[in-house]
Amino acid sequence: MKPESDTAIYEGEGKRVTPAERRATIVGVILIVLAVFVFWVFALGSEAGVQSTFKLSLPQARFEDLAWTVNSRWLGFIVSGILAFLGGMVLRRSHVKWTNLALAIGLILVAFAFLTWAASGKSFSLVGMLRATVVLSVPVTLGALTGLMCERVGVINIAIEGQLLTAAFVGTIVGSAWGIWAGLVGAVLTGALLGAVLAVLAIRFRIDQIIAGVVINIFALGLTSFLARRVLSEATHLNSPGRFSPTKIPFLGDIPVLGPMFFNHNMFIYVTFILVIGLHFGLFYTRWGLRSRSVGEHPEAADTVGINVYRVRYRNVILGGMIAGFGGAFLTLAQVSRFEENMTAGIGFIGLAAMIFGRWMPLGVFGAGLVFGFARALQQKLGILGTPIPSEFLSMIPYIVTIIVVAGVVGKARPPAADGQPYIKD
Amino acid sequence: MGPFSRLGKVLTGEAGQTRTAQRTPSVSRASASEKRLTLELRHITKQFPGVLACDDVNLTVSEGETVALLGENGAGKTTLMNILYGLYTPTSGEVLVDDVPIVMESPSDAIAAGIGMVHQHFMLVPVFTVSENVVLGDEPTEVAGWIDQKTARDRVRTISARYGLEVDPDTYVEDLPVGSQQRVEIIKALSRDANFVIFDEPTSVLTPSEVEGFFKIVEGLKADGKGIVFISHKLGEALEIADRIVIMRRGKTVAEVVPKDVTEEKLAELMVGRPVDLVVDKSESKPLEVVLLVDNLSVLDDRGQLAVNGMSFDVRAGEIVGIAGVQGNGQTELVESLTGLQPSMSGTVYLGGEDVTTKSPRAIHKMDVAHVPEDRQRSGLVLPFTITENIVLDSYYESPISRGVQMNWSEASDRAERLVEEYDVRTPGINVLVSTLSGGNQQKVIVAREFDRDVTLVIASQPTRGIDVGSIEYIHSRIIEERDAGAAVLIVSSELDEIKALSDRILVMYEGRIAGEFDGSASTTEIGLAMLGGAGEAEAS
Ligand SMILES: Nc1ncnc2c1ncn2[C@@H]1O[C@H](COP(=O)(O)OP(=O)(O)OP(=O)(O)O)[C@@H](O)[C@H]1O
Ligand SMILES: [Mg+2]
Repeated sequence: MKPESDTAIYEGEGKRVTPAERRATIVGVILIVLAVFVFWVFALGSEAGVQSTFKLSLPQARFEDLAWTVNSRWLGFIVSGILAFLGGMVLRRSHVKWTNLALAIGLILVAFAFLTWAASGKSFSLVGMLRATVVLSVPVTLGALTGLMCERVGVINIAIEGQLLTAAFVGTIVGSAWGIWAGLVGAVLTGALLGAVLAVLAIRFRIDQIIAGVVINIFALGLTSFLARRVLSEATHLNSPGRFSPTKIPFLGDIPVLGPMFFNHNMFIYVTFILVIGLHFGLFYTRWGLRSRSVGEHPEAADTVGINVYRVRYRNVILGGMIAGFGGAFLTLAQVSRFEENMTAGIGFIGLAAMIFGRWMPLGVFGAGLVFGFARALQQKLGILGTPIPSEFLSMIPYIVTIIVVAGVVGKARPPAADGQPYIKD
Repeated sequence: MGPFSRLGKVLTGEAGQTRTAQRTPSVSRASASEKRLTLELRHITKQFPGVLACDDVNLTVSEGETVALLGENGAGKTTLMNILYGLYTPTSGEVLVDDVPIVMESPSDAIAAGIGMVHQHFMLVPVFTVSENVVLGDEPTEVAGWIDQKTARDRVRTISARYGLEVDPDTYVEDLPVGSQQRVEIIKALSRDANFVIFDEPTSVLTPSEVEGFFKIVEGLKADGKGIVFISHKLGEALEIADRIVIMRRGKTVAEVVPKDVTEEKLAELMVGRPVDLVVDKSESKPLEVVLLVDNLSVLDDRGQLAVNGMSFDVRAGEIVGIAGVQGNGQTELVESLTGLQPSMSGTVYLGGEDVTTKSPRAIHKMDVAHVPEDRQRSGLVLPFTITENIVLDSYYESPISRGVQMNWSEASDRAERLVEEYDVRTPGINVLVSTLSGGNQQKVIVAREFDRDVTLVIASQPTRGIDVGSIEYIHSRIIEERDAGAAVLIVSSELDEIKALSDRILVMYEGRIAGEFDGSASTTEIGLAMLGGAGEAEAS
């Protein structure tokens, strides 16, 4: 986890600034622009005197009628003011370390102002939205963790989409036939199998890893679509596996807002939390992590200290596949309990974006997953709320967020040095 | 890690070393510690495409013995050692420990057999810290494989204190200059406690005092009963440290001598096959106008610290200025800033009277500046490119190498052919990848590219790092030729002998400042003192 380097660059004629300072300038300008936008569109766009109501608990929960009501227009003014203040502070470039924090706070505030505007004169379940954010972040996070497991050891995996989809499919069938736990095992093994295929193609046969990934994706899409039409449409009993039900964690689950967000879910979500934290510490603090990263950064160096580069690569790519398999199971055994053609709809690729956004670090990846989860939750809930924005635009939100994020709002990320390079021993 | 902990690993089935470990000498050694083990390479042949790198080579090392391996660039020294270390599989021949052939399929087999190695091209992970690099593959762990960072750091500190190899365990390796990376690489090999240690050009970027420290290390290892193979192009070092000297030429061992029977001249002749001039002939310099003027320059390093701290100096046409100093005192940043690779924080650089402080590397290059970077593999060459491609790396975009949008490859090949010949690059052809060249030959490719045009300023960091005596003779004479033709030359080197041999004026750099200025005839001790931050200013000429 090396900090970014911080040497000077030239800005115009002879003026010398560090990259961090230049970024601060850009971020500062963005914040000011957002302040103006919020002022114009969200504050002035809400009718004077109208209120927005945010519900802070779910129906039938312990504190059922927790809610918060604000004057929509005034909230817009306040957010706009804070944004302008943050922008000004960032532009002073006196504490460049805080640039990212200011940007993050700014973006959360903008999202909030947007919601207030959208909900003005109505009541909106904020907790429902945040809960959906967490739930929808899970498949993205799992996809990103898969990518991370592979790329950290130098194998590019763009087959995540195919792994998720096939695992979701197998999970459905096995789950319908033998129960959801069997379905889960089947899905995870499917992921492992596809991981092994990718590993053999990439490591043993040194096929271009992007091409190998594309091949697996096309194969997965074709096969599952075909079987879904041919088999599942006839044998519908094979397409109703049932679901893992939520388990509320005692005490924690009753905390207002945070309880429903994090502690009242099915086991997939808890396991995802554990995976994120476990992998993060595993990667950066354990022998397994150090060895894995060395293989992804400088396989020759790893080899010279007696690490078996091939074995580490196989192991992690297959483990990554298992994580994707778990993610696939989440889709059909927890979220919808049935398989549909191409039901992943790009989640695997969004996962790759989340991996980059999260800088190949599990905790970062989870944060990125939450951003994408939020984008999808927004899309869903706004549709229900009924806003002036056309629904086509709403469904674009997650993908637009992906593009903006990968195009580098968040600074430059550095992939593992040997990412995508086969290791050739003499 | 001693024989027992290795045995422990075997018992717990760890690290996949079980199979070969049963044959390891270290286990048997515990019972018969009196006996001296011998490591033997028997009839080793290694054929690369187009090159017979090793041709039926025999070599033995016993515990408690230091063998120096000398030879020209491309003679096959590194290849031979990589075979011994399990990195390359020989075409034929075998490795034996005490007459027992051992399976060498990967370095883990060599490690299990008690062999350690310092690699010519460092095997360090740039984004890891020093201590992470040192413990990699042999990590001190707590429960669940959790790495014990404190023990890891202590391991580095113990060795660096014991052998005087100063380095901070928590810095990231990529932020270290090559000299410090060299120390890390040595620390890494020492921390493994092997019975045999191979040092492949460990001293190529060390300062004289560090070299002395290194010799103490070797003496210590020898006294501990370890067998040592030492590769170097500095003949004096071989004479000083070795019990036996083995000389390789074109893949064969051609001679084996004992230090007391030979001189440096004799060794050079055995290596190259002709008498070599070890002292550069150099006439008095005739400095003319100022070409490079550096005024109060400050540069930050990667961590945002001042690496170059308000330096001012000039280099005139027709003179060679040497910058001496222990690596890591800002030389890297200075050179990168002068060549436009890294921006400065304040100060001005003038080239021929023109302000070039904020110019791009190409703009500076186009003002006829030659640059030999300190790290040949990172900033001097594109390793997966051929020799030809690397030779035209600085001129591919202009005539005659390109014709409009099209490359003129025949012109490029002609140039490559000529330079390979002129600089004696040992290679099967100009279309091999530079990554397959031996270290010294890679260096020659860079020097050839940079010197093959009219230059007004030469900036060279460690220009002869890893180059054999025969070729050093040639490169030094080329540098002096450039000077006599009116170029200004700035040499940066941690190797004092080289600085002294070439420079008309010597600047000593310490902690980002000039800690002393000497003329070319100053004594080594004077300069050495200034390099350690001693009172150099007083003697400024
Ligand atoms: N991986 C490889 N593929 C092809 N040829 C190689 C490879 N490694 C080395 N060679 C060739 O083998 C020969 C011996 O190289 P080697 O690196 O052993 O030389 P060396 O004696 O260590 O030289 P130096 O002093 O320059 O380090 C060279 O001609 C080199 O081009
Ligand atoms: Mg070599």
